[in-house]
Amino acid sequence: MRRYLARRLLWALIMMWVVASLAFLLGRLAGSDIIAQRLGIGADPALVEAERHSRGLDRPWTVQYFSWLAGLARFDFGTSAYYGRPVGDLVVTATRNTALIATLAFALAVLVGLPLGLVTGSRGGVFSAAIRTISLLLISAPPLITSLLLVWLSALSGVSPIGGMTSSTAATTGAGFALDLLAHLPLPVLALAMPFAATLERVQSEALARALKDPAVSAARARGVSRRALVWRHAWRLGAGPVVAVCGLMAGTLLSGSFAVELVTAWPGLGQLTANAMFGRDIYLSAGCALAATFLLSLGVVTADVISALIDPRVLNVDPESARTAA
Amino acid sequence: MRFVGRAIVAAWLTIAVAAPWLAPYAPSSQFPDAVYAPPTRVHVWRAGAPVAPFIHRVTMIDPLTRTFATDESSAVALVWFSGGHLITTADRSVPLLLLGADGLGRDFFSRIVYGARLSLSVACAALLVAVLIGGLGGVAAGYFGGVTDHILMRLAEFAIVLPVLYAVLALRAAMPVHLSTPETIVLMAVVFALVSWPMIARGVREIVAAERTSDYVAAAEALGAGPFRIMLRHLAPATFGFIATQSVLLLPMLIIAEATLSFAGLGLPDESPGWGTLLQEAGNLGALGTAPWLLAPAAALFSLVLGVNLSFERSSLGLAANTPLVPTSRHGTHDRAAV
Repeated sequence: MRRYLARRLLWALIMMWVVASLAFLLGRLAGSDIIAQRLGIGADPALVEAERHSRGLDRPWTVQYFSWLAGLARFDFGTSAYYGRPVGDLVVTATRNTALIATLAFALAVLVGLPLGLVTGSRGGVFSAAIRTISLLLISAPPLITSLLLVWLSALSGVSPIGGMTSSTAATTGAGFALDLLAHLPLPVLALAMPFAATLERVQSEALARALKDPAVSAARARGVSRRALVWRHAWRLGAGPVVAVCGLMAGTLLSGSFAVELVTAWPGLGQLTANAMFGRDIYLSAGCALAATFLLSLGVVTADVISALIDPRVLNVDPESARTAA
Repeated sequence: MRFVGRAIVAAWLTIAVAAPWLAPYAPSSQFPDAVYAPPTRVHVWRAGAPVAPFIHRVTMIDPLTRTFATDESSAVALVWFSGGHLITTADRSVPLLLLGADGLGRDFFSRIVYGARLSLSVACAALLVAVLIGGLGGVAAGYFGGVTDHILMRLAEFAIVLPVLYAVLALRAAMPVHLSTPETIVLMAVVFALVSWPMIARGVREIVAAERTSDYVAAAEALGAGPFRIMLRHLAPATFGFIATQSVLLLPMLIIAEATLSFAGLGLPDESPGWGTLLQEAGNLGALGTAPWLLAPAAALFSLVLGVNLSFERSSLGLAANTPLVPTSRHGTHDRAAV
């Protein structure tokens, strides 16, 4: 188990390095940078050069890249020219905010989706058919659509704040802050959770239906295990492999989804920061964002791998990536 | 259900192809007096008798409060098949706004119809590139095995766990912010293909690796066929079914990705809008409150994705749930064999 974990963590580190380097080098390649963008088209070339020099943007790309890498080792992610603040501070705050809605949305999707999947996977009837229909509709509504719809509905009804993470009028500390944050949370979390709850319901439903055909289930049934215990205690475990694998892959989809949700609901997370970095042509900031996004992703994927190894120790002997293909 | 799904997809494809004919106006033509004008109501009943469809003239009273007045006495006839459009108004100064107008007084219906064309173009182009890369890569990996297989599959595994949108953003960042429409379509197609090809390649590799040991391959080899002939002529056809299925599954993902990127302002430009570009306007809450028809592109996007998903539902809703559980009776398990 320890070796397995070490291998997965190494994989995560390499992944973070590759993606962040890609963002950095591609941004560097683009030609136009933040200084040209800031000062405008008619800017004095001498001024542009001076600004570039003061920020170290005029160095050859190899020098720039390796000094950035050296900085990473000291947890120095450079300075964002767009915000005029250290990239580290900006990215940590944004990552925390994104992780908050992503984790809550994931928890909600699991708590709602999996039990419903067990119900629809094991029985027919009107209730199951209704859930299936709703799932099918929600699967077809990406977070971009659900968040727009929820924002519109809450603007019409006034039940919840329509965007942002805090109100400018509310307290910034203590209970007032917490209540204010709580009022802002449901909209982005719901928008993000709905399609994923539907996906999990479908996956769990199919996995359970398949598991119920397993000889082990028939054997348990023959021993006199009740139908309910069969589903809720035995069969779901047989079908847990693919479900956990899908949960692991969902880390990436959740991140992409939260990008859309953050833009629509003005949630100050990683997605918004990345978009700003992109428009501002701020390569240090976009590399920092890419690093953070990959960090969140790896966290999700590695956690899912460890959980599936705990459920089914056979996984330890095969490469997790090829196991995922099979699932 | 499958039929319904396929009908929806076919309808959108038709709309995309026939856009210039179906849309009453060009996507960028403006009606200055119709800023945020509500959808035009089409009437077919006048003075107690059915008549050919006509509309009333709608005039803007106050641009600030966005109030409009309908002139009930006026009747502008709708004409079919005129000027290369399916339907327009007899009086060109009275616009037919089936889904209202946007903030610049452009016909939203026309923009959505053209948006279908652009959004689907990007998705289909991306799909084509992904199938090409994934298909060739998968066939090569399955046929040659060894190092080729190892490198290609590690690449695929890397690409498949990437946070798609962030990868796309990073790739997009390497390009200038403003590009012409064809350039944008090509760029987006390539970028989306680069992150989605593994969905094709991995399955193709499995199939080819299994088929490689068949007798017909050995026979072809014995007859002196070279590796490329065997791969493309003999092995590739075995993967077509898989590629077709996988393509249909990829399509909604690509459409959503395009919409999200365009919504963020990094995709299709305003003068040739995709559905995501059109949704930007719905992101403006002040406008959305008085003009809920700005959400129509979301409905379009939703219906297309739903159509694709429905065409792949294994059976009609509800029926699939009746997977036979172990046969049971009220009194216990002994009366019927469980296996």
